[in-house]
Amino acid sequence: MSILVDDDTRVVVQGITGGEGKFHAEQMIDYGTNVVAGAVPGKGGQEVAGVPVYDTVDQAVEAEDADASVIFVPPAFAADAIFEALDTDLDLAVAITEGIPTQDMAKVNKRLKETDTRLQGPNCPGIITPGEAKLGILPGNIFSEGNVGLVSRSGTLTYQVVDSLTQRGIGQTTAIGIGGDPIIGTDFIDALELFEQDEDTHAVVMCGEIGGEDEEEAADYIAQNMDTPVAGFIAGRTAPPGKRMGHAGAIVSGSGTGTAESKINALNDAGVPVGDTPEEVADNIEDLL
Amino acid sequence: MKLHEYQAKQVFADAGIPTPGSALATTADEVVEVAEDLGYPVAVKAQVHVGGRGKAGGIKLVEDADEAREAAESILGMDLKGYTVNKVLVEEAVDFTNELYVGVTMDRGEGQPVVMVSERGGVNIEEVAEEDPDAIAREHVDPAFGLHPYQARKAVYDAGIPREVAGDVASILTTLYDLYEDRDGSDVEVNPLMVTADNDVIAADAVMNIDEDALFRQPELAEMEEEAAEDDLEAKANEYGFDYVRLDGNVGIIGNGAGLVMTTLDLVDYYGGQPANFLDIGGGAKAERVTNALDMVFSDENVDSVVFNIFGGITRGDEVAKGINAALEQFDEIPKPVVVRLAGTNAAEGREILNDELVTVEETLEGAVQRAVDFADEEGDQ
Repeated sequence: MSILVDDDTRVVVQGITGGEGKFHAEQMIDYGTNVVAGAVPGKGGQEVAGVPVYDTVDQAVEAEDADASVIFVPPAFAADAIFEALDTDLDLAVAITEGIPTQDMAKVNKRLKETDTRLQGPNCPGIITPGEAKLGILPGNIFSEGNVGLVSRSGTLTYQVVDSLTQRGIGQTTAIGIGGDPIIGTDFIDALELFEQDEDTHAVVMCGEIGGEDEEEAADYIAQNMDTPVAGFIAGRTAPPGKRMGHAGAIVSGSGTGTAESKINALNDAGVPVGDTPEEVADNIEDLL
Repeated sequence: MKLHEYQAKQVFADAGIPTPGSALATTADEVVEVAEDLGYPVAVKAQVHVGGRGKAGGIKLVEDADEAREAAESILGMDLKGYTVNKVLVEEAVDFTNELYVGVTMDRGEGQPVVMVSERGGVNIEEVAEEDPDAIAREHVDPAFGLHPYQARKAVYDAGIPREVAGDVASILTTLYDLYEDRDGSDVEVNPLMVTADNDVIAADAVMNIDEDALFRQPELAEMEEEAAEDDLEAKANEYGFDYVRLDGNVGIIGNGAGLVMTTLDLVDYYGGQPANFLDIGGGAKAERVTNALDMVFSDENVDSVVFNIFGGITRGDEVAKGINAALEQFDEIPKPVVVRLAGTNAAEGREILNDELVTVEETLEGAVQRAVDFADEEGDQ
């Protein structure tokens, strides 16, 4: 079992003719993902990475029965690509693009409330169900099949933690990167809810970082709704207020909201152990399993 | 990206928001000249991105030429919380009877813009928000429609703004929202918005922060960013296109991915060291970016050692290793010890390529950070 994606997921890659789109489409196919089409305006009729390219997402869905998309479209056009995915009623749209203007995402966010399509990201590494499918840029070789779910705001930090788990022989059901932007689709609570419902997920790693209040809200959710144990990690303990630490969303505000301390306390209060180092997170998961 | 007060005021004035007469000056002579033109009293205001400028001595009210010169000499060149003041805004002093607050920002929790109005301007609005949240009237805005005129009026009346100026304040709020939307603002605010005895409403300060991710469609503001960079290293980071934040410590940090770089900073602190910076070289980094990153970190004279932490997904360990070798081979003597940790894609190949005479290679993140902290301690002792 897994959440959101498996070997039945039929994927259309938006932006497949670009450098990154093509490279990662090939990587996804190599991993075994069922990539069925690409969608790029003006490039319909071509073939890239062994799959047909269509001018619109709608055509790709009509012709190839795609039910999920991965978006590798440059920031200036990415919000439009997300709208296209939402308006085509896909089950899932995964936006990898980093650097989409926040006000564009505010418009997307409004539309999300009116559609059944789930958005993941933007500015995220994607999602992987080891051994079945990956949608995004995660390096498949560090993941292994197992029973730990993982949800994270950061890509490379996910790799660090997964690597520690895999080296200890602890595999994963699904790992999902929700993205480092201030406005995102799927958030911690959405992912935790899905893991809670998944019988094969026996424990969950949640990697948060400074900025916003999503981790605090997730802590409340865990305390009230989850039986599956969760181990946490929070990046950015040493970040100064008012400075954007790479991710647009990773900023401690002048009034002191969004600090690592507040998030760690909230998680601890919810019974979630928070590791000081990525290795300690793996230790905690070993204890919880 | 933060505009300076003088830049933000120009943008506001161009949009029709009343601002006091003012001009920028970089020498004491210029300050006096501008002050004489404007007529006393004037305020001399340091142009640096630091909160609480007034309390720190960065704003002075002057009544005549001698005072103006004295203020200019004390403020220009002064160190304000780590920033050197090179420019001052000389501005007509406003004789006010009331100070208000108006602002627009993104409410992250709601994923929607929010406009705010308060009668309690002139003080730290974040403190007001904490102590007395009801003192700030808020209206969320549907970004598809923009701010409805009734919402601007509602926010102004809900905040208890006096009737005599309510229309003007609502109009300024509407203009602020338009600027926020048209210019891709992240925070746009006026604090204080001063009210005079004649019920004129004037923007006495101006904050305009721009979404860095939108600068590609804001060319005018992108030009202002170059003018706004205050620190040589920050200017260099802009040039190289790095996400870079300078900190106070002595362990230089380079990595890929914001979360992992933040974690590396935290681990430096955890193992008893002090991080000198945050530097994310981003995904898929090639040799040239690696060279530039090392150049950035070595340019910070506080740095005593460097930890280079790469977890390759799209970034390849062999490419990074070649870049590190190429960068370090340029030196007759390596400026500061460099510890490298490579994991993920092509990490083993990368470790083979790295020149052991130039760098210290560690297998684990924890090991690499501890080694860099040890090196920094040794260097610091010398």
